[in-house]
Amino acid sequence: MFTPIELANGIYSVGCRDWDIRDFHGYEIREGTSYNAFLVTGEQNILIDTVKFPFKDELLANINRIMDPKKIDAVISNHTEMDHSGSIPGIMHKIGEDKPLYCSKMGAQNLKNHFNRDYNFKVVGSGDTVTLGNRTFSFLETRMLHWPDSMFTYLPDEKILFSSDAFGQHYAGDQFFDDDIGDEIMPHARKYYANILLHFSPRVQTLLADVAKLNLDIRMICPDHGIIWRKDPSRIITAYDRWSRQEPVNKALVIFDSMWESTTKMARAVTSGIESEHVGVRLMNTRRCHRSDIMTEILDAGAVAVGSPTLNNGIFPVIADVLTYIKGLRPQNKIAAAFGSYGWSGEAVKIINKEFEEMKWDMADPGVKVLYVPDENDLKRCFDLGATLAKKLKEKLTR
Amino acid sequence: MDKYECPCGYVYDPAEGDMDNGIEPGTAWEDLPASWVCPLCGAEQEYFEKVD
Repeated sequence: MFTPIELANGIYSVGCRDWDIRDFHGYEIREGTSYNAFLVTGEQNILIDTVKFPFKDELLANINRIMDPKKIDAVISNHTEMDHSGSIPGIMHKIGEDKPLYCSKMGAQNLKNHFNRDYNFKVVGSGDTVTLGNRTFSFLETRMLHWPDSMFTYLPDEKILFSSDAFGQHYAGDQFFDDDIGDEIMPHARKYYANILLHFSPRVQTLLADVAKLNLDIRMICPDHGIIWRKDPSRIITAYDRWSRQEPVNKALVIFDSMWESTTKMARAVTSGIESEHVGVRLMNTRRCHRSDIMTEILDAGAVAVGSPTLNNGIFPVIADVLTYIKGLRPQNKIAAAFGSYGWSGEAVKIINKEFEEMKWDMADPGVKVLYVPDENDLKRCFDLGATLAKKLKEKLTR
Repeated sequence: MDKYECPCGYVYDPAEGDMDNGIEPGTAWEDLPASWVCPLCGAEQEYFEKVD
C-alpha cells in the first residue's frame, strides 16, 4: 500500500504498484508496473478507473485513507482492459450497484461482456461534458488507442488529462512524477509505445492533431500506468508525435537464431557488413533478447536483417514467435534482408522474405542461404548483404 | 446502401467511403476491394456485420 498522493486540490492518485509482475501478457517488465486509479473529491466524489482484480482491497484501503469508499458517487471507466476494470465489480458492490458508471459506447458493451451483467451505464462520447457537483469532466473517445472502448477524461478547470493507457509506462519505482525520475523514464515510455501502441500510429497522429485543434491546455497527464507527467507533459506528447511518424534512423538490427552456430556466424558477418558502412547496428539473438525488447529497438531502426536456420522445412519456432509479434505491431518504413543456414531444402529465407512482403518492408536483397557451415566465400556474401542493407538505408535517409 | 459495423465499433458508411484508404464516397460495401480492412483496428471484412 502507498499513501494516496494529492495531485491537485482534492484529486488523488489511489492506484497500486505491482512490484512482482515480470510478464505482462508476453511483454517483459523488469521493474513491475502500476495500475493507476484516481479519486476526484468535491461535492461529488468520482473514481477514475480501477485496478487489476487482486489489488482491489489495496485500492479500497487507499481510498479509505481519504474518505469512506461508500461516499463515491460515480465511476468513470476510461479503459475496460482487466488491469483497469478488474476491480469495477468489487467497487460497484461497495459503493452501490446502481451508482452511475460513465464510459464510452464500446466501454459499456465491453464491461457487459467482461462481467456478464449490466450497470447503470452513462454512455459518453467525444465532446460530451458532465458536471458532477463542483467539478466538470469532459470526454474524448480514443477508439483503438488501444482498445475499442478507450477514452480520455479531461478536467477543464484543473487542466488535468486522464489518458487511460496512452502516455503510460510499465514502471514501478520509488518515484511518482516525471520531475522525480527525469530522463530515466523515457526508455520505459518508448518500450510501452513500441509494444502497445505502435500498430495504431496513424490513430495517434490523428489524435494529436485533434487535441491540437481543441487547443486544450494540459497541465498534467495522468496515465493508467507508471509516472504522472506534471512538470512537462509536452515531453511525452512530443515523443508520441515522433514515434508515431515511424521515421527511420541510421540504425540496423540483426535478429537471428541458430541451431549449430552456422547462422550465428552469418549474423556476425552481416553485422560487420552493416558496420563497414557506418550504420549503427545491434545483434539480437532471439534466445537471449526478449521479443518485447526486440520490438522496442525496431521502433526507430531503419533496417532489419533476420536470420534463421531451416528446421523441418520451416523457420525456427523462436524466429516465428518474434516475427508474428513484430508483424502484429505493424512497424513501417523498414528495409530488410534475410539469411540462414540449412541442411537440405532451405526454406527459411523464402519464408522470412514472405513475411517482409506481408509487412510491406522493402527487401534490400533476395537474401543469403548457406548449405551447412559457411566458408569464407559465404561469409563474404553475408558481409556484402549487410553492406547492401546499410547502403540502401543511407540512400533512403538522404533522399 | 447498407452500412456495416466492425466489432471494434467502426462503421463503414458507403456515403462517406474511406478516403484515407482510397475508397471514394458512394462505394457500396460489396464493391470494396478484398484488401480493404477496418481502418481503425485492421479487422478483415468477414468480421463486419450489417447495421440494421
